[in-house]
Amino acid sequence: MNFVALKMLTGDQAKYFGLIFAIAFSTFLLQNQSSIFAGIMRRTGSQIADVTDAEVWVMDQATQYFEQTKALKDTDLLRVRGVPGVEYAVRLFKGQPVARTAKGNFSQATVIGLDDATLIGAPRKMLLGSWERLREPDSVVIDLGGYNLLFPGESLELGRTLEMNDHLVRIVGVSDVSPPFASFPVMHARYSEAVNFLGRERSQMAFVLARAEPGVTPIELTRRITDSTGLRARTANQFRWDCVRYYLANTGIPVNFGITIAIALIVGLVVSGQTFYLFTVENLKQFGALKAIGVTNRRLIGMILLQALIVGFIGYALGTGMAATFFEIFARKIATRGIVLLWQNVVGVGALMFFVVVAASLLSIRRVLVLEPASVFRS
Amino acid sequence: MNTTTSAPNSHLPSNLLGGKRRAATRDISERRDTMRVADPRPAAPPPAVRCREVQKHFGEGDARIHVLRGVNFEACQGELTFLVGPSGCGKTTLISVIAGLLDTTGGEVEVFGQNTESLPADDRILFRRRNLGFVYQQYNLLPSLTAAENAAVPLLAAGVKRREAVDRARSLLVKLGMEDRANAEPNKLSGGQQQRVALARALVHEPRLIICDEPTAALDHATREAVMELLASSAVQPDRAVIVVTHDNRVFHFADTIAHMDDGRITHNEHKN
Repeated sequence: MNFVALKMLTGDQAKYFGLIFAIAFSTFLLQNQSSIFAGIMRRTGSQIADVTDAEVWVMDQATQYFEQTKALKDTDLLRVRGVPGVEYAVRLFKGQPVARTAKGNFSQATVIGLDDATLIGAPRKMLLGSWERLREPDSVVIDLGGYNLLFPGESLELGRTLEMNDHLVRIVGVSDVSPPFASFPVMHARYSEAVNFLGRERSQMAFVLARAEPGVTPIELTRRITDSTGLRARTANQFRWDCVRYYLANTGIPVNFGITIAIALIVGLVVSGQTFYLFTVENLKQFGALKAIGVTNRRLIGMILLQALIVGFIGYALGTGMAATFFEIFARKIATRGIVLLWQNVVGVGALMFFVVVAASLLSIRRVLVLEPASVFRS
Repeated sequence: MNTTTSAPNSHLPSNLLGGKRRAATRDISERRDTMRVADPRPAAPPPAVRCREVQKHFGEGDARIHVLRGVNFEACQGELTFLVGPSGCGKTTLISVIAGLLDTTGGEVEVFGQNTESLPADDRILFRRRNLGFVYQQYNLLPSLTAAENAAVPLLAAGVKRREAVDRARSLLVKLGMEDRANAEPNKLSGGQQQRVALARALVHEPRLIICDEPTAALDHATREAVMELLASSAVQPDRAVIVVTHDNRVFHFADTIAHMDDGRITHNEHKN
């Protein structure tokens, strides 16, 4: 009878393709929006993820996320270094000065000042030049997105100059950092120079980056630092999630994406549910005839579920293909790089669409189960 | 008149033009007539369907409608039994009860000696699947299946492999004069052709009781005669009973027995032949 179920499903091609389109569109929309949402949220901790030399971030107790920092005192660095289990600790500056090119293009930029001696936190993925050239005076490494923003349409070239707070700096490298949350250029410089790119304040140190000695876990080290110094210490992973939670709680981003995802879900449920329901209802006479012939309710349920799963699978596969194509295209764009189709979203949306088609088919199944087989005798 | 009735039959296989069926029914009729002279009761073929004081009502209280009011009815094997009467007299309800599609409110129904209502639900479905075939007024063919596939549905429901089921159905369609249309979908078939597919579907699993509900109601005169001829010749077998519900007196001449029904009761039986 599976063969009969499949022929019934594909016989009316308009409804068949309508069902597949509804599910494919919902799948695409859900995967698209949820992956973009996850990608944007992941960007809130991009600069944290790029630091691979230290796993503990120390900050003021009031600091909640990467973009919002309260400067630490210079002595805090020494206090952290004095905590047992710290292999090393270095300072890190983060500021957002305005960078101008010789042609007059300008943009606010995220400047990260690295420890002069060790350059811990420097970008490791370089597209042009070397991060070690940061040791040269008045030098910065700029990310590709920032370079394209400030020098639109120009080829990658080292030696170009930027002006920040009356300081002229030279580009000695182009990095491939993780895309930042705001599309500002990301520049790395030595700490001693970076602090001059902003108006001078009494305290400039945003973070202390620390590494645990062998045998001490990062989490244990954060506890020790907090106990010893009263400062807030987080592992890199914890700090990234802090950033995500901050944006979730304090911005309209989740609401906006949530609305879109809810609409996609409702459209998926209503359109595919209604189409499938109507499809079954229009075939009630045939189902009645099958019941009269001696096809059991159990078999009819199997037939309807098979129909639902077939359209669900094909629609889901098409939708996932569309979403994958979308991200493949946009992953190559500077503004949307790093936003990818996450396997978690593929699996999650798959489970959701499975729920949608099963829910839709259950509505239809109910009509078939209560159908009186004697109704086939009524013309 | 003769020309009109014989023309549509000219395309049918000669063995289905009444010869086989008439021979079979003649045998039984003659046997019955012979026996009737001596002692008709013990010689009569065993009834395929026996209804005793069958009652059926729908609704409760003031809204209760009595559709069957103590029906006594028999349909014998080897016979074409017509159930006739005005609209609303309870014909369709009676065949639904006989087919086990509706439960009675009172009385007893036996099909081949089996009280189907006493069977558990699954066994009742199995009994229906094995022993009953249906022909409906509106054919109720699945529009996306070919004629052969539609005719094969009872076999598929019984678990027969698709290829074997469709082959058997196709063979039957050939016997019913549909060899050229076996791969056509119902919307490409005429009303008469669709009813022949429905007949093939009712016969393909060789059931012992065939129930037809107004099988000619949607057909024109010529097609009606052809379909009834086909039904009489191919469906009626010595070990099979056929019940036809109709209110079309133009096809009454095909019947062996006509049970007249009115207001929920069988008023009288009319034996032909």
